Amino acid sequence: MNQKYMLPLIGVFLLFLLAYAGVEGANMQWAFGIIFPYLAVILFIGGFIYRVYGWASSAVPFRIPTTCGQQKSLPWIKQNCIDNPDTASGVFVRMVLEIFLFRSLFRNTKAGFARDETNRLSFSWEIFLWVGALAFHYSFLVVLLRHLRFFLTPVPACVRFLEYLDGIIQIGLPGIFLSGIVLIAAVLFLLARRIFDGKVSYISLASDYFPLFLIIGIAATGISMRYFTKVDIVSVKEFIMSLVTFHPSIPEGVGGLFYAHLFMVSVLFAYLPISKLMHIGGIFLSPTRNMANNTRAKRHINPWNYNVKTHTYEEYENHFRDKMIEAGLPVDKKE
Amino acid sequence: MSKNAIIVGLVIFVVAALFPFWFNLGRSDTVAPKPELSEQAKAAKKCVLEKYDMRANHMSLLDEWRDSVVRDADRMYEAANGEKFQMSLSTGDNSCIGCHTNKEKFCDKCHDYASVAPYCWECHTNPKEITQ
Repeated sequence: MNQKYMLPLIGVFLLFLLAYAGVEGANMQWAFGIIFPYLAVILFIGGFIYRVYGWASSAVPFRIPTTCGQQKSLPWIKQNCIDNPDTASGVFVRMVLEIFLFRSLFRNTKAGFARDETNRLSFSWEIFLWVGALAFHYSFLVVLLRHLRFFLTPVPACVRFLEYLDGIIQIGLPGIFLSGIVLIAAVLFLLARRIFDGKVSYISLASDYFPLFLIIGIAATGISMRYFTKVDIVSVKEFIMSLVTFHPSIPEGVGGLFYAHLFMVSVLFAYLPISKLMHIGGIFLSPTRNMANNTRAKRHINPWNYNVKTHTYEEYENHFRDKMIEAGLPVDKKE
Repeated sequence: MSKNAIIVGLVIFVVAALFPFWFNLGRSDTVAPKPELSEQAKAAKKCVLEKYDMRANHMSLLDEWRDSVVRDADRMYEAANGEKFQMSLSTGDNSCIGCHTNKEKFCDKCHDYASVAPYCWECHTNPKEITQ
């Protein structure tokens, strides 16, 4: 047992039980259905802006892009324009590839000792974190966008098209959505990596496990409601629409599982700005990625620089001239 | 990063995050539509399942019916309330469409609202649409 993951696991269980028991036992639909979701939206947007404001107002004393290719140099040396950009357009391409394809993760390596008698330390390419991360992020995005059908009336054609593509294999009724399966598989892989890979496990903290368990809880309750336990989807949509049009009303007959799902989503959104999940905004502000490597072409002035009181040699000589002449030292000016 | 770029980014974030709120501004038709019951359905007063169960579960029931008809040729369904129904969308008075005669005013109302596109109608035809 490792308390680094036992505590977050118990925490997510308690959050689930709190909402489930609160609704089924104490009829607190108004709290878990109305107050917590609104509070989560406020905390999410307010917290997000606060964090970005904090990063934006901290000075960047040095130009510190990570360089992964040949810098711009003499004309006959080929520059790597994307991995060592010296222009804004190069930086833009680098950022787009980083945000949409996680390029820096693609270069992930692992260290290990050779299994033969040489026992040499060697590094090898490790692509599975990148694959798992891509699968996880994109399936989560699709799941999030699909949920817009509960938030918009009428449902835009692009959301319906996304649903059509997601359910294209038409297994069962209601039809299986691929994104749900990929999401739960990818998040379980990312969790297994943290638990079973000794080196990753060693650097994993409770705050790494908590979002994983929370997302597993959200996906599990969502999948359960769609395929197994069922929920009256028209009442649910009517309820969500009442929230987004600021006329909240509690639906009849919708059970605790839905409120547990909603509460865990609210917790995820409220928790996002104060956690590592804030990389959703931070990726745009990483100075190692979003700066051009043009230190040789342009002077970068440290905004922290203040006026240093200097004492030049001229001033020094003015001060001590008489004494220097007296001692026979050479001086620039005689008087 | 420049101040302007960060402010533009934050504005895009806030507008995108609040999308459902401003998209539905001033809309009054956000309440779920009521499916219209035909005269027959009103008179019959009972369906294959209880009301809430029907709303949440009818698609699974239809899935079971499909297997039962196609694989076992069993077309009779005995409901919990003792009534017997044809396991069919559209044959006879004792089937789904037999009682809920108007697809547009019954099935489609909720399906459109919740953005559900059932593939029932890719094989089955709605008798009303053929005669039109």
